[in-house]
Amino acid sequence: MSLAEALDMRSGEGADLILRGATVFDPVAGIDGEHDVVIRGGRIAELTAPGAAPESDGMEVVDAAGLHAFPAFFDPHVHLRTPGQEHKEDLETGTRAAAAGGFCGVLAMANTDPPVSTPAAIEALREEARERASVPVGFFATVTREMAGEELTEMAAIRDAGAIGFSDDGLPIRSARILRRALQYQRLCGGTIALHEEDPELSVDGVMHEGAVSAALGLAGIPSVSESTMIARDAALAGYETGRIHVQHLSATESVEAVRAAKAAGVAVSCEASPHHLCLTDQEVQSLDPRRFKMNPPLRTEADRQALIEGLRDGTIDCIATDHAPHALEEKEVPFEQAAMGVTGLETAFAVLHTDLVLPGVIDLSLLIERLAGGAEPFGLERPTLAPGSEANVALCDLSAEWTVGEEGYESRSHNSWCAGRTLTGRVLMTVAGGQVAYRLRSFSLGVAS
Amino acid sequence: MKHLLGIEQLSREEIEAILDRAESFAEVGKRDIKKVPTLRGRTIVSLFYESSTRTSSSFELAAKRLSADLVSIKAAGSSVDKGESLKDTVATLSAYEPAAIVIRHPYAGAAQMVAEWSEAAVINAGDGKHEHPSQALLDLFALRRRLDSLEGKKIWIVGDVLHSRVARSNLIAFKAMGAEVTVCGPPTLIPRDIERLGCAVSHSLDELDEADVVYVLRLQRERMKESFIPSIREYVTHFQIDSRRLGPRQILMHPGPVNRGIELSGDAIDSPQSLITEQVASGLMVRMAILYELLAVGGERPAPPVGDESPPPTPIGQPA
Repeated sequence: MSLAEALDMRSGEGADLILRGATVFDPVAGIDGEHDVVIRGGRIAELTAPGAAPESDGMEVVDAAGLHAFPAFFDPHVHLRTPGQEHKEDLETGTRAAAAGGFCGVLAMANTDPPVSTPAAIEALREEARERASVPVGFFATVTREMAGEELTEMAAIRDAGAIGFSDDGLPIRSARILRRALQYQRLCGGTIALHEEDPELSVDGVMHEGAVSAALGLAGIPSVSESTMIARDAALAGYETGRIHVQHLSATESVEAVRAAKAAGVAVSCEASPHHLCLTDQEVQSLDPRRFKMNPPLRTEADRQALIEGLRDGTIDCIATDHAPHALEEKEVPFEQAAMGVTGLETAFAVLHTDLVLPGVIDLSLLIERLAGGAEPFGLERPTLAPGSEANVALCDLSAEWTVGEEGYESRSHNSWCAGRTLTGRVLMTVAGGQVAYRLRSFSLGVAS
Repeated sequence: MKHLLGIEQLSREEIEAILDRAESFAEVGKRDIKKVPTLRGRTIVSLFYESSTRTSSSFELAAKRLSADLVSIKAAGSSVDKGESLKDTVATLSAYEPAAIVIRHPYAGAAQMVAEWSEAAVINAGDGKHEHPSQALLDLFALRRRLDSLEGKKIWIVGDVLHSRVARSNLIAFKAMGAEVTVCGPPTLIPRDIERLGCAVSHSLDELDEADVVYVLRLQRERMKESFIPSIREYVTHFQIDSRRLGPRQILMHPGPVNRGIELSGDAIDSPQSLITEQVASGLMVRMAILYELLAVGGERPAPPVGDESPPPTPIGQPA
């Protein structure tokens, strides 16, 4: 099943498009060369020699010489804030932000207000996505009712209503007993359980990584072991119950090691890391700027950052997920300890990772492209690909374009981008998602028109 | 120097300039009329989001001694009680065009944010568990009068370092002046990795003899309920400074208010080694010096008035 079929998006015309002379790069499919990408009726019809695809009526032709066409990216961890927190984001603005970042699909977390805990809530969200979403969206429901951590939701009915999986993200599942029951019940209903790993007994009222910087700032610390001990516990439970779990937003060396050990032991576990954890460390918190640098899990040390990069390289970390967490200005323009946790990331993920990791030679472009599209498979979805015959999910990028984040505003309703003000190299010009043209950078489309 | 946000941002020269200035205000304190016209016509806002006795009163008296107009706001009973954000409160108070805002806030970084939002010089009177620079400066001032120089001196900071902004500011300040600092307390109350800030760490008072200065922190009784210490009695046994533990040549300090009989015994407080009364007295002079340095001197620094025979601070700028 394609992403558009498996998930929900606004219905529309399938794209009829020729990307003329693009550098087409899909490392997983083994495609690397200059081609015309012919998209017909929302599917990749063929990859021809550059300049060889004939123009026909109704086909839009994009001069893509010097541009890169990648399989579009897939983010299994975003907060679209609907229902209840539409002052931060909604399905329309959030999926527009996704499209602007080159994403052809996102999975929305359930820690809304109220949390998504019922079949009816899933149905309502799916219906709204069919009206308003620019890219295919899948929805998580909570593992426990109202995220209270005490009773399971009606997991089977929720799956029947179309939930992609289950997650209490924002909060850990404190009780090993409850998680164990959920893993047992998963055999009945399926649906990967995505876990926010944090032992609240250890993180207590922490607001940043526990270490030299928190000691200097007098801020309560969140120790790395608050994450890794829970991963170890939950991986053991998943192994015992032969359940399927996905560990969210790894931040620490010990966590990478815990997942690596679980995978080696044969546990069905996948995991993700976020761009901010791959690029930043707790040194940033010295600025006491919560808008860009306060999130949970927190930014950790350089050694932790290196361990995440190593995990990305060796495959311990399956995918990159932004944990796009929009917050209104007034929730961030307060002292660090009082500010809401989270940063936005959809619009900048590709560009900042290209700038900070690929250009300096830390990782290859192929690894970045592979991991940015790696978030679909852990949830039983098709990996976006440029292979002929597949649904068109394409990110058209200019790898040399420089742009300053926030200069032209954001597609997201919220402005708490951790990249705000940074000049990045590499920009998404156009996104095809679920077979439809989901985004065009304004200046790029104007250039095409002239 | 536009603001005083933390000791962290000060050079040794800037610290010494403030201490020298404070020395000149000591003379003013001996006059019959203890007031100078330096800040006449200028407004100082004192904004306290936490209860405070000595810090708020000494800043306010310092402002009055410098002839400034003072607006004093306590969070309780103000618009803060009605849910107004810090940013909006600052915007409101900015309508008075204050020359300085003195702020105490329960969270780290609040003073820094106010500095971004306001044109006024901002003085951090304590932000969360982060910094309390005027306390560190007055402690240096009181110490300097007793010791001349801190170069190579050994200073022990004893107690609840984890929850103490005074410990952090003083650690930085003592080191800036050339002292060697050891922090000492139960492992539960010493922040992880604090040695990376350039201090030694001890969990026992066995080596306390080496200290020239023993700086004792307040221990809040609530720490017991939070399992940081098993009991007050056990804390007292291991970490209370009493006259038996305090050597005759050691100097004893405490930022106040003291929990008599917990972190300090009564006989230690009243001992000749105690500098606690001088610390309080130093507060006024140092806070006058801080206001003077920020508002009368501003960015440019004239030669410090060491050995200056002329009477201190004369009005600068337009008389009101």
